[in-house]
Amino acid sequence: MIRCENVTKTYSKQDRPALDSVTLEVAKGEFVFLVGQSGSGKSTFLRLILREEKVTSGRMYVAGKDLSTLSQWKVPEFRRGIGTVFQDYRLLPNKTVSENVAFAMQIVGAAPKEIAREVPEVLELVGLDDYGHRMPAELSGGEQQRVAIARAFINKPQILIADEPTGNLDPTMSVGIMKLLDRINRTGTTVVMATHDDKIVDQMRKRVIELENGLVVRDQVRGIYGYSG
Amino acid sequence: MRAGFVTKEVLNGLRRNITLTIAVVITVAISLSLLGVGLLANSQVRVMKDYWYDKIEVSIFLCGQLSDSPTCSGGPVTAEQRAQIESDLKTLPIVANVYYESQTEAFTRFKERFKGTALVDNVTADQLPESYRVKLKDPKQFAIVQSAFSGRPGIDSVQDQRTILDKFFKLLGVLRDGALAIGLISVLTAALLISNTLRIAAFNRRRETGVMRLVGASNFSIQLPFLLEGLISAIIGWGIATGILSALKSLVDARVAPLLTFTNFFGWADVWNASLLLLLTGLVVSAIASFLTLRKYLKV
Ligand SMILES: Nc1ncnc2c1ncn2[C@@H]1O[C@H](COP(=O)(O)OP(=O)(O)OP(=O)(O)O)[C@@H](O)[C@H]1O
Ligand SMILES: [Mg+2]
Repeated sequence: MIRCENVTKTYSKQDRPALDSVTLEVAKGEFVFLVGQSGSGKSTFLRLILREEKVTSGRMYVAGKDLSTLSQWKVPEFRRGIGTVFQDYRLLPNKTVSENVAFAMQIVGAAPKEIAREVPEVLELVGLDDYGHRMPAELSGGEQQRVAIARAFINKPQILIADEPTGNLDPTMSVGIMKLLDRINRTGTTVVMATHDDKIVDQMRKRVIELENGLVVRDQVRGIYGYSG
Repeated sequence: MRAGFVTKEVLNGLRRNITLTIAVVITVAISLSLLGVGLLANSQVRVMKDYWYDKIEVSIFLCGQLSDSPTCSGGPVTAEQRAQIESDLKTLPIVANVYYESQTEAFTRFKERFKGTALVDNVTADQLPESYRVKLKDPKQFAIVQSAFSGRPGIDSVQDQRTILDKFFKLLGVLRDGALAIGLISVLTAALLISNTLRIAAFNRRRETGVMRLVGASNFSIQLPFLLEGLISAIIGWGIATGILSALKSLVDARVAPLLTFTNFFGWADVWNASLLLLLTGLVVSAIASFLTLRKYLKV
């Protein structure tokens, strides 16, 4: 599903690469934790998967596409196959919960009927059946993150990318979010999640990839968080 | 994206930026009005040219008692010469019609023009030259008449009234060009304002556009609401500008035309033509300004 061959990313005007010759593969349906200290390159790696940034050298294949040769105008279509969740939820504050989730379907031109059918289904999946008419500001952080996950999942992506999705949440809410991501993973969606949350990583016992200064220093099946910091 | 969804997004955008929207609408209205005034000035000059060139003539003055040009050294024009001139004029294909003004007629006109002045008492009919008043099919072809008749025995001089009018129209032309230039500059200003407004709108809505990008919206669908906002503002501004030009036309008809009877004025057709041109200008300028701005500020 994701394959990197000697992927190096150096941001312009930086002398040290943010990712340094990374080679790894993530299979379809896998759940991968990306750990490492602040500035180690986790977000950079996720941005490369999403083709928000281009690799400086090396090759990157995501969902069957060679990202180094993918033309710019095909990027939006490519992104429709990838769901994204961020630490700051990124909901639209002037739209209701339902509208926020529907937005992702409207963008790809789904029929209003289809939207009306699927939005409540997904809200039910994330446990927000009765929250459709609320505004994001009227929800707790955990609830907002569930809305974001609902939006990321509604177009049935092959890959779900999560950059510190529990970063702003307390431990109980984090557990709820993790259960949800696990459930989504079980539907066959590949999940790649960057996190600093040691308890969650230790509890889930999924594959762990650790980055340090842009280098992969550990790639462990059923791994643990494994470092302090 | 569906039309209903896009419409909703566009209306939301216009409402959220209401003060800027109003600023754009007013600027577009004013600049298109100024450009429209320039266009109407152009029409007016054309109408006046048609009106006046239709009335002007070439005057061929024949030798009289007082003529002192070399061609009149043989004394006043003879009957033979006059007959020859008249028949030559009538056979020229560019001539529309020929009118002979005798000394008596010239004197009557002279008395009328200088009525009440001492000049009238000091001039007698035989001091004034007789002349042919020649109307050309195309007033620009004066040179042909000139080369055919000036220098001929019995002819004192050949005069073209166009030369007097041309000075007047040159002045009008400068005024018209000035009006058009001001109009174009203000349209440019409007383009810059539209560009700046869209930049601010893009910044205000970076959350939305960011989310759109994440869920895989195409460049076109991210930019479309902004583009439509620019175009809608331009169209509203154009509507106001057309209203202003129509008001101007009504004012000219009601207040100016009765006072200035020496010319015709531009018609409603000119107003609608100008309006159509303004619509095109507004749409094209707005689209170009939007395209250039959005390409820079709404990258995938
Ligand atoms: N847009 C950018 N331009 C230049 N340098 C950048 C940019 N984004 C990140 N970097 C640099 O690249 C390196 C990796 O950053 P990255 O955001 O990937 O780290 P991270 O592992 O996600 O950190 P954190 O855990 O704090 O989120 C850092 O040194 C950072 O300063
Ligand atoms: Mg990060």
